[in-house]
Amino acid sequence: MQRYSILSVLANAFGGHRGWTPAWRDAAPADGYDVVIVGGGGHGLATAYYLARVHGITRVAVLEKGWIGGGNAGRNTTIIRSNYLLPGNEPFYEWSMKLWEGLEQELNYNAMVSQRGVLNLYHSDAQRDAYARRGNGMRLHGVDAELLDRDAVRKMAPFLNFDSARFPIQGGLLQRRGGTARHDAVNWGYARAASALGVDIVQNCEVTGFIRDAQGAAVGLETTRGLIRAGKIGLAVAGNSSRVAALAGMRLPIESHVLQAFVSEGLKPVIPGVITFGAGHFYISQSDKGGLVFGGDIDGYNSYAQRGNMPVVEDVCEGGMALMPMIGRARLLRSWGGIMDMSMDGSPIIDRTPVEGLYLNAGWCYGGFKATPASGWCFAHLLATDRPHETAAAYRLDRFATGHVIDEKGQGAQPNLH
Amino acid sequence: MRLPCPYCGERDAQEFVYRGDAALQRPPADIATNAADMFDYVYLRENPAGPIREHWYHAQGCRNWIVVTRDTSSHAIEGAVLAKAADR
Repeated sequence: MQRYSILSVLANAFGGHRGWTPAWRDAAPADGYDVVIVGGGGHGLATAYYLARVHGITRVAVLEKGWIGGGNAGRNTTIIRSNYLLPGNEPFYEWSMKLWEGLEQELNYNAMVSQRGVLNLYHSDAQRDAYARRGNGMRLHGVDAELLDRDAVRKMAPFLNFDSARFPIQGGLLQRRGGTARHDAVNWGYARAASALGVDIVQNCEVTGFIRDAQGAAVGLETTRGLIRAGKIGLAVAGNSSRVAALAGMRLPIESHVLQAFVSEGLKPVIPGVITFGAGHFYISQSDKGGLVFGGDIDGYNSYAQRGNMPVVEDVCEGGMALMPMIGRARLLRSWGGIMDMSMDGSPIIDRTPVEGLYLNAGWCYGGFKATPASGWCFAHLLATDRPHETAAAYRLDRFATGHVIDEKGQGAQPNLH
Repeated sequence: MRLPCPYCGERDAQEFVYRGDAALQRPPADIATNAADMFDYVYLRENPAGPIREHWYHAQGCRNWIVVTRDTSSHAIEGAVLAKAADR
């Protein structure tokens, strides 16, 4: 692997940038592997990397039906944070945040991790109490959280609509260590580091079935590029989890829903960090290129279409106008939709399945991007040791049957409300 | 997306509340003997990529529950019937 440094950048600058080599190997599938990961998104690539780096398992393949990072890894709003309330969630997301903080040195790749802060606004006494409770929960787990009053918020973001009579801004919960990262670079960084450790990244390779032995265990995969034997198989296919699991005869506690996101034309720096509207579902940040990146609710009906409908566009824009009227002056550059694997309690699943040899990483709802490093770390731990990682022990597949659900929003088994 | 309400005609999907897969059948309420069936009904989904029959409630219209046949891969809508008239 060509190591990146200021010297390599300078040397290539003087050489007309003709000296760069491909960052990772586009491999053809071998006959068999110790572990095969299905899904070449951030979670799958991170899993493969940590399998090789932490557990020394290098006969690993990542199978991707399209190109790596072409699914939700390329369709998110790039926010990283660990501001969760429940004990099942908070240690996991904080572990992810710690991995984000060391990611670029670890991978020798500029993932543009920027801890510019995540500010959740509150607009009522009840909401302030709820955020105080959440902040206290975070601090009990050793995570930074600050409850700001109205004046402190005004100092940070004077452009917000403080005169709104309907939704007055009373303050906000701030996590300074939260922020954003460059989504594509996260994928490419993991792909490059995994490839350098011997992992095969196989693109244009769609899984069409599982090879089962006499006892019913999954021992390989049927793919569009031939049969591949596998010691263990890990699924990390996000919105397509139900479809791939169905190939193994499983039904999951998951519905696939479309989530839209939006980006404006490039502007001078105006939004200091990530800001969320507490009186509606709207969140916004500004990319390093200058575009305002924002989004809101999922459309609310089952979908695999990767595009949404106008009512949610209108709803998101109304939220934006209510929060910061200046956004009305910016022109929308583009919007897109991604398919979310919405679980029945709004929390993910990292667990073995009833099929021997088949492991599941799914149910990320619309919180998958921030979880990428820890998801990979914990899934690799599970695949290598057959035991859950301590921060992901609550993400069991059977928790819905046993009643140990992790429902941050308290919405019950209605995926379009999480 | 516009849904063809059998009572009101074609209306914007925004007038409706989405419930989900219409194939689910609630098992008898005796949880002691039906825990597994109840788990299946509450939590597990086929979640198909393709045609699905699903419940929508016309909250801002005739207030009928309807069963819409819709393709989740394309959002194409094949038709809709009143839920009380639908085959179960």
